Amino acid sequence: MSVDIEKLAQQEYKYGFVTDVDQEIAPVGLNEDVIRMISAKKDEPQWLLEWRLKAYENWLTMKEPTWPNVHYSPIDYQSISYYAAPKNMPKLESLDDLDPEIKAAYDKLGIPLDEQKMLAGVAVDAVFDSVSVITTFKKTLAESGVIFCSISDAVREHPELVKKYLGFVVPANDNFYAALNTAVFTDGSFVYIPKGVRCPMELSTYFRINAENTGQFERTLIIAEEGSYVSYLEGCTAPKRDENQLHAAVVELIAHKDATIKYSTIQNWYPGDSEGKGGIYNFVTKRGRCVGNNSHISWTQVETGSAITWKYPSCILEGDNSVGEFYSVALTNRRQQADTGTKMIHKGKNTSSTIISKGISAGFGQNTYRGLVAIGKDASGARNYTQCDSMLIGDKCGAHTFPYIEVKNSTAQMEHEASTSKIGEDQIFYCQQRGLSAEDAVSLIVNGFCKDVFKELPFEFAVEAEKLLSISLEGSVG
Amino acid sequence: MLEIKNLHVSVEDQEILKGLNLTVNKGEIHSIMGPNGSGKSTLAQVLAGRDTYEVTEGEIIFEGKDLLELSPEDRACEGIFMAFQYPVEIPGVANTYLLREALNSVRKYRGQEPLKHIEFAKYAKEKMKVMDISDNLLKRAVNQGFSGGEKKRNEIFQMQILEPKFAILDETDSGLDIDALKIVANGVNALRSPERAFVVITHYQRLLDYIVPDFVHVLVDGKIVKSGGKELALELEDKGYGWIEEEKTAANS
Repeated sequence: MSVDIEKLAQQEYKYGFVTDVDQEIAPVGLNEDVIRMISAKKDEPQWLLEWRLKAYENWLTMKEPTWPNVHYSPIDYQSISYYAAPKNMPKLESLDDLDPEIKAAYDKLGIPLDEQKMLAGVAVDAVFDSVSVITTFKKTLAESGVIFCSISDAVREHPELVKKYLGFVVPANDNFYAALNTAVFTDGSFVYIPKGVRCPMELSTYFRINAENTGQFERTLIIAEEGSYVSYLEGCTAPKRDENQLHAAVVELIAHKDATIKYSTIQNWYPGDSEGKGGIYNFVTKRGRCVGNNSHISWTQVETGSAITWKYPSCILEGDNSVGEFYSVALTNRRQQADTGTKMIHKGKNTSSTIISKGISAGFGQNTYRGLVAIGKDASGARNYTQCDSMLIGDKCGAHTFPYIEVKNSTAQMEHEASTSKIGEDQIFYCQQRGLSAEDAVSLIVNGFCKDVFKELPFEFAVEAEKLLSISLEGSVG
Repeated sequence: MLEIKNLHVSVEDQEILKGLNLTVNKGEIHSIMGPNGSGKSTLAQVLAGRDTYEVTEGEIIFEGKDLLELSPEDRACEGIFMAFQYPVEIPGVANTYLLREALNSVRKYRGQEPLKHIEFAKYAKEKMKVMDISDNLLKRAVNQGFSGGEKKRNEIFQMQILEPKFAILDETDSGLDIDALKIVANGVNALRSPERAFVVITHYQRLLDYIVPDFVHVLVDGKIVKSGGKELALELEDKGYGWIEEEKTAANS
C-alpha cells in the first residue's frame, strides 16, 4: 500500500462557504481606540473596559511564544480587524428576527437553530464572527435556574457573576494570546449552573468565522455551583480563504464542591489547502479550576481542523479528591501542525487525573503532544495515568511527544504509557480482503484507535466526530 | 471457476512461484501441501491481492474475470475469501462492527440493501452457534487478545458470515487442538456446496480427515509437482516430501 500524496490535494473542506451578510467591521489594527469601540458597542461597564485596557498594556510588553513545535510566518497583529458583526442586529426575541442568511449558514452547517428541529435535549448558542446571534432553549433552561447566554448578555444581565469569575482561572496577563483575548474579546458563551442542579440538556456553542481578515476572540465562562452537573460542547468551522485567520479564545471553567463539568470540543476550522495556504491559527487558552472538594472537570477534544493548533486544556485540582480528565484526538493532515496537550496541576489531597491522547498524522502533518503533570508538595495521595499514542499514516508526516512530570510529594502514583505506530499495511489489507476499500479501512482503523476518546463524547457528537475524522482523512491513502 | 496458468511471482526480486498451474471447479475442495518455503502462502496472498507480491508472468481467471486486474476489496466482493494464517489485531474496532461493515460493503457491491443492526445480529446468531463464537468474542476488538484457537475460529466465522464463492484457508489448522480443529472443519463443511470451492493449505494430513479434499496437490519450489486424490495426503504423512523431490529429480535427469 503506497500513500498517494497527490490524492491528498483532492480532499474537500465542506464548510468552506462564505455567507453574504451586511457586516460591520472595525478598521484593521489594534490600539486603545479599537478596544474602547468594542467595549462601547457592548455597553460594557467601566471596570470591564479598564480590565481590557490593562490587558492590552500588558500584551504590548509580551512576546509571542516560540516554544511550540510549529512553524509559521510572523503574524502582523496590525493587519487584523478585531471586530466583525452582522449589521443591524436587534436584540433577538425570536428566531424570526434572525437574518435569514445567517440562519441559512447554520442550516448548511447542519446546526438548525429552530428549536423544534433541534436534536432533542441540546441547547445552542450560535456565535457568528464576533457576536452571539442566538441562544436556543433559554426559557426551558431558565426554569431550572440554568443561565445559558452570550457573554455580552451576561455582562449586562448578571454583572455580579461575570465580575466575580471573569479572569478567575486565566488571569489577564496569563500568556500572550490570553492577554490579547482579554483586550479584545467580543463574544462567547456564559453558563451558570446553580447549586444542586443537573443541567437538563446538553449545552453547545457553534463558532463560525465568516468575515475576511478578522480574528475571532471569544471568551467562554462556565460556573458549576456546589453539587451541579453540566455537559457542554463547542463546534467550530470557517470559510476557505487564502489568508490565515487568527482565532484566540479563552475558556474558563470553575467547578465548586461536588460539581462536574464535561467540556467537549469538535474543532473543524478550515485547515488550509494541500500546499499549506490559508487556514485558521487556533491559539487557545482553556483551563479549569476544581476549586471544591470532589469536583470534577473533564475535557474531551477532537481536533481535526486549523492550519496551526496551540492549545492545552488544563485542570488545576485544588479541592481534595478532585478529578481532572483530558481525552484528546488530534489529527493533522496535509500541512497542518498541532502542538496540543494538557496540564494537570495537583494541589489538593487524593486528587487524580487521567490523560488519554491520540495523535494521528497523515500527509505532511506534524503532530505534537505536550503535557505537564505537576504534583504539589501538599498533594498527598495524588494519582495520574497518562496514555499517549501516536499513529502515522504515510511517511512524510511526524509525531512528537513532550511529556513533563514534576513530582514534589513522594506519595504520588504516576503512570505513563506511550506508543507510536504506523498504520499497518497488514491491517488495511485484512480489511480489504473482507471487502472494505482502503480508505474505509483506514477510517475504521483510525476510529478504533480513537475509541477511548470518542466514548467520552455525548452520543450524537461521537457519531459526528467519527464522520468528521473520516472526511478529514479522505485522500490520505492511495 | 478458478484457473491459474503459468503463474510466476516474485518478492523483492526473488522468484517464489515458478510457473504454477491449477484449475478449481465449483463444488471442489483442493488441498495444497508442501514443505516450508515452497510458496503455499504466497499463492494464497496473490489470490487475495496482496501487492507486496509481484506477478511477473501468467494469469488468473476467476469466473471469466482477470483476477489480477481487481483490487483486493473487489476480489472480496466478487466472492473470494482468505482465512489468514496470522490474523491481525485491530484495536478498538469491535469484531461485529468490522463484520457488519464488510458484509454491507459486499452487499452494496452486489446491489443489495445493507443489513441493519438487528438484521445483522439475527443473521450472525445462527453462524455463531456453528462456530461456537460467544457474544463476548463478537464484541471484543478484532483478534485483540484472542487465543490462537479463537483467532482461527474467528476467521472461519467471518467466512460463514460473508459466504464467499471461493475460499482459501492458509494453514488454518496450525496451532489448533483437536476440539478446535473439529469446530473449524465443521464450519467449512457447513458451507460446502456445489456452488462453492475451497483451497485448503496445510502441512498436516490431520485436517483432511475432517475436511475431505477431492484433490491433493504437492507444491515444491514454486511448482505443483504431484497431484492426486485424498490418499496422496496419507502417503505424504507417511513418507514426507523427500520421495517426491527424488522422483522429480529422476524425471528431470
